[in-house]
Amino acid sequence: MRGAQLKAWLFMAPLVAVNLLVIAGPGLMSVYYSFTDWDGLNSPGLVGFANYTALFGDADFLRALLHNLLWTAFFLVVPMSLGLLGAFLLTRIKRFQLVFRVLYFVPYVIATVVSATIWRQILSPTSGIGPALSDLGIPWLKDVNFLGDGDIALGTVAFVNNWQWWGFLVVIFLASMQSIEPSLYEAARMDGANTWREFWHITLPAIRPTFMFLSLMTVIWSFLVFDYIYILTQGGPAGSTDVLSTVMYRMAFEQQQAGYASAIGVILALISAATVGGYLYLRRRLKWEM
Amino acid sequence: MARRGTAKRPFAYLILIILAAYAVVPMVIFLLASLKTPGEISQSPLSLPGKFRWENFATAWSDADMGRGLGNSALIAVSTGAGVAVIAGCAAYALTRLALPKPGLFIMYLLVASSLPIQLFLVPLLSMWTKIGLYDNRFGLIVIYWAIYSPFATLLIRTFLLAVPKDYEAAARLDGAGEITVFTRIVFPLIWPGVLTAALVAGLQAYNEFLLAVTFIQDSTKLPASVALYSFQQGLSPNWALVSAAGLIMVLPVLVLFIVLNRRFVEGYTSSGMTG
Repeated sequence: MRGAQLKAWLFMAPLVAVNLLVIAGPGLMSVYYSFTDWDGLNSPGLVGFANYTALFGDADFLRALLHNLLWTAFFLVVPMSLGLLGAFLLTRIKRFQLVFRVLYFVPYVIATVVSATIWRQILSPTSGIGPALSDLGIPWLKDVNFLGDGDIALGTVAFVNNWQWWGFLVVIFLASMQSIEPSLYEAARMDGANTWREFWHITLPAIRPTFMFLSLMTVIWSFLVFDYIYILTQGGPAGSTDVLSTVMYRMAFEQQQAGYASAIGVILALISAATVGGYLYLRRRLKWEM
Repeated sequence: MARRGTAKRPFAYLILIILAAYAVVPMVIFLLASLKTPGEISQSPLSLPGKFRWENFATAWSDADMGRGLGNSALIAVSTGAGVAVIAGCAAYALTRLALPKPGLFIMYLLVASSLPIQLFLVPLLSMWTKIGLYDNRFGLIVIYWAIYSPFATLLIRTFLLAVPKDYEAAARLDGAGEITVFTRIVFPLIWPGVLTAALVAGLQAYNEFLLAVTFIQDSTKLPASVALYSFQQGLSPNWALVSAAGLIMVLPVLVLFIVLNRRFVEGYTSSGMTG
């Protein structure tokens, strides 16, 4: 059956070709470049593990890594809670469920650039919500420079990103909650369980696979975050919102340290791989179903 | 069954309405801003404009070059969607119907490829694209989108193919139909919803994508809407009325699609989010 195999390969060829060209090839080149002093233009020279050892003495890199960790914690807590809350309450109501679901989902459909722009305007210290509220007699936010104050800029960007993200979690959690057997709730009600106990003892265990999967995605994606930070603050002021991706971007395209940037890219890929590996291991050990 | 109207669970509705306000109020402020003067925005972002300034949209259209941006974005989104549908459709067909050796290995590769971060291959890819003339080239960007959006689309279309019984095709093959005929006449009519969803998701992701677009396109005449808007809103105090109008121009086509194709949209988008 050589002919049949050849035909199968022909159908597979376009996918394999673009993948090798764009992802696998450059990905492997990145691993190689991470061991060189490549500047992005001239031919690279091997430097062994110098880039990697330099990274762990680089204050910018370590601060960015810390910011990624804080970002991960924020996104594991805030949007996940909002998503669970919204979805659980939606399962409890009969009317307007679809309306709420659509309203929550709309920000997710809006392009990142647009939602970042919406919030840049609302948070503007000169024409945003702060001055407007102070005109109405609420002065607390008057002089807050949300994106320009290094102490709160990272939290502000995370808040903006959360605005676009949590509604997506509502939709996913809701779909998962709707497949729970109603008889489970009826039995709990017979035993006199209140709403909170129903959520804690029935809903949450029943949607555990979805919950764990979304947590996994949150962790992976929190280490790769780029768009909102690049658009809103470019990592500033003074590095207070830098994450690994923005440091990498600056190294590669502004400071001509492509080898160093490649090392950051490899570390990002390793973090993703380790997260997925840990998740698969846990899933097998604890026998979760997907 | 007990009646459960809004009166039954006031507390649940209250929280749901607060959450809805969180989602909607920023969009309303944005919509209002696009119809005001910059002076009105800084005076009171929440109030209605004194006079609806529809001309903001015309000004933004020309000042931010949104017309060209939308044209470029449409070209990129449609080519991405169509290309991904073809590439992923063929691959999914090979995985489920043809004598591909070790399809499990390919599926594993697709899962790995779709979870590799762009950051891993960005730098060498830019250098390579510059060498072969695909940098600052819309086709070059489209090829990248083909590569990164095809793995998920393949897995999606595969699930549709697995649901189609093979008997139909066997009968057609017995009648002497070739592979192309079997695919276009028998299989495709049964799986087109999956293919359409995959194309839609890929096209929209390309439309909204930022990191690759801002890295790979430089020439102002080739910029997609996302990057055109990004440059337009830069600077310390941009004209927020025009920026909002430009942003709305970019969102409007997607919102229209969202309303027209709500079901497919939500399903496709959520499943793509599930695989990253």
